Amino acid sequence: MSAHDLSAIGLAGDPASPIHRLDPRVKLLGLAGVTVVAVSTPLRAWPAFAACALALVAVAALARVTPRTLWQRARIVLPLVLFVAAFAPFARPGGARVDLGPLTVSEAGLAVFAAVSAKAVIGTVSAVLLGATTTFPAVLHALERLRAPRLPVLIAGFMYRYLFVVAAEAGRMRTALAARAYRPRHALQAAAIGRAATALFLRTHARAERVHLAMLARGYREGMPRLDALALRRPDAVFAAALAAALLPARLLAEGVL
Amino acid sequence: MIRARDLRHRYPNGVAALDGVGLDVAAGERVAVLGPNGAGKTTLMLRIGGLLAGDGELAVDGRVGLVFQDPDDQLFMPTVREDVAFGPLNLGCTRAEALDRVGEALAAVRMEHVAGRAPHQLSLGQRRRVAIATVLAMRPWLLVLDEPSANLDPRSRRELLEVLDGLGGTMLVVTHDLPFAAVLCERALVLSGGRFAADGPCLDVLGDEALLARHDLELPEGFDLARLAPWGRIAA
Repeated sequence: MSAHDLSAIGLAGDPASPIHRLDPRVKLLGLAGVTVVAVSTPLRAWPAFAACALALVAVAALARVTPRTLWQRARIVLPLVLFVAAFAPFARPGGARVDLGPLTVSEAGLAVFAAVSAKAVIGTVSAVLLGATTTFPAVLHALERLRAPRLPVLIAGFMYRYLFVVAAEAGRMRTALAARAYRPRHALQAAAIGRAATALFLRTHARAERVHLAMLARGYREGMPRLDALALRRPDAVFAAALAAALLPARLLAEGVL
Repeated sequence: MIRARDLRHRYPNGVAALDGVGLDVAAGERVAVLGPNGAGKTTLMLRIGGLLAGDGELAVDGRVGLVFQDPDDQLFMPTVREDVAFGPLNLGCTRAEALDRVGEALAAVRMEHVAGRAPHQLSLGQRRRVAIATVLAMRPWLLVLDEPSANLDPRSRRELLEVLDGLGGTMLVVTHDLPFAAVLCERALVLSGGRFAADGPCLDVLGDEALLARHDLELPEGFDLARLAPWGRIAA
C-alpha cells in the first residue's frame, strides 16, 4: 500500500460540523445501530431500508460529506459484498422465472439480491460515515470506554500509528526494486517481492521490540493512560433520539408490532 | 550522581557488549559517550536506564530519561500531546498536572505548536525534539540521548543543539558526531570493545588524533577544534 492510498482514510467533510463534534461513542453506537436495523430487517420490509437510507443521507448532509467521498470510500468494500449477493438470483428458486438472454433467474432470487444489496450498501455507508466524521483514535477511545476487550483495541491503535511508518518503508523498498529495473512479468519473478516482504516483516518485528523498550522506559505497566475524558452532552442525546425516532417505527412495523 | 562499577553484559549469542565499565558522573555534567559501531554504547544506555539486567554495581541519584535514536520508536500515541502525557500519566500525575507538564516539556524543545498533530505529520527534526519532550515531561534527573543528531539536516541539527544546550541538567550523549559532542559536552568518554578507553575534557579527547584513530573515530575533514570556544558556540 502506498502512502497515496492512505488518503482514503481519515476525516472528510466539515470537521467543525455538528456530527463531527459528537461524542465518538454515540456515533459508533448510532451508526452501528443503523447497520443492525438494516441487517436484521426481513427481506421485503422496504420502509425500514428507506428509513435507514434517509437517516444516513441526513447524517452525511449535516457532516457535509459529499456523495463523491462516500462513493470513493465505499467502492473499496462494496464490490466484494455485492459479488456475493449477485449469486442469489441464480441459486435461489421460487416465484416467476425471468429470462435474461442465456441466463434464467428467479423472482424470489431477485428479491433476495435487492434486499441483500440494500443491506450491504447501508452497512458500508454507515461505516464510511463513521470513518469520515470520527478519527480512528477517537473510535478506539470510544471502544475502550464501551468496554471492548483491551488488547485488540491496543493492537488496533499500534496498527494505525505504524501503518504510516510501514507504508513509507514499503514504498521505499518498491522504489529501490524499480530503480534496479525490477519489472515482474510472470509469477516466478515475484520472489523478489516475497523477499522484500520478509525484510519488511523482520524490520517491523525489530521495531516492535524497540517500541516496547521505549514504552517501558516511560513507565508503561499495563493499559494505555488516557489524557482526554469523553463526556456526553446535549447534542449527543439529540443525535441518539433522532436516530431512534427515525429507525424504530419502521423497524417495528416490519415485525408487525405497530 | 551516577556511580557505576564493573558493569558487564553478555548477549545470548555470546558477545560481551559491556566488559567491566566503571563510571562516575556528577550532577549537572554533560558527558559525551563516543565509540565506534558495536562498542556497547546502546547497551550501556539501556543498562543505565534500568531496562537491561546484568552484573555490576549501578546507582543513579534520580530518574533516568532515555531518548532513543529513532523517534518513530518513541512516539507511539496518536497525537504529540498524548504522547508527551504518556510518561507523566504512568507516573500517576492527574490529567491537569500531566497537561501542565506537556506544555512545559514542549516549550523546552520549542515544539508547542505541534501538540495536536500526529507524529507522522512531523519532520524528523521535529519528531526528535518531541521525543526529547516525552522524556522531559517525566522530569528526569539524567537525560540519556542515543545519537541525537543522526540523519538531521544541518539546520535541524543546529536547532537541536541549541535546544539541548538550553536544557541544563545532567546529560549523557551517546554519539559519533564528534563536533556535536564538542559543542555540547565538557567531558568525553571513549567506549570501545565494551570498556572505556579514554575519559577527559571533551576537547582534549577530540584533539588526540591517535586515540581517535585507534577507536575508528574521526573528525570531519577540515574541522578545526581551535575554532571552538570551550563548550560554547562555534566562534563566528
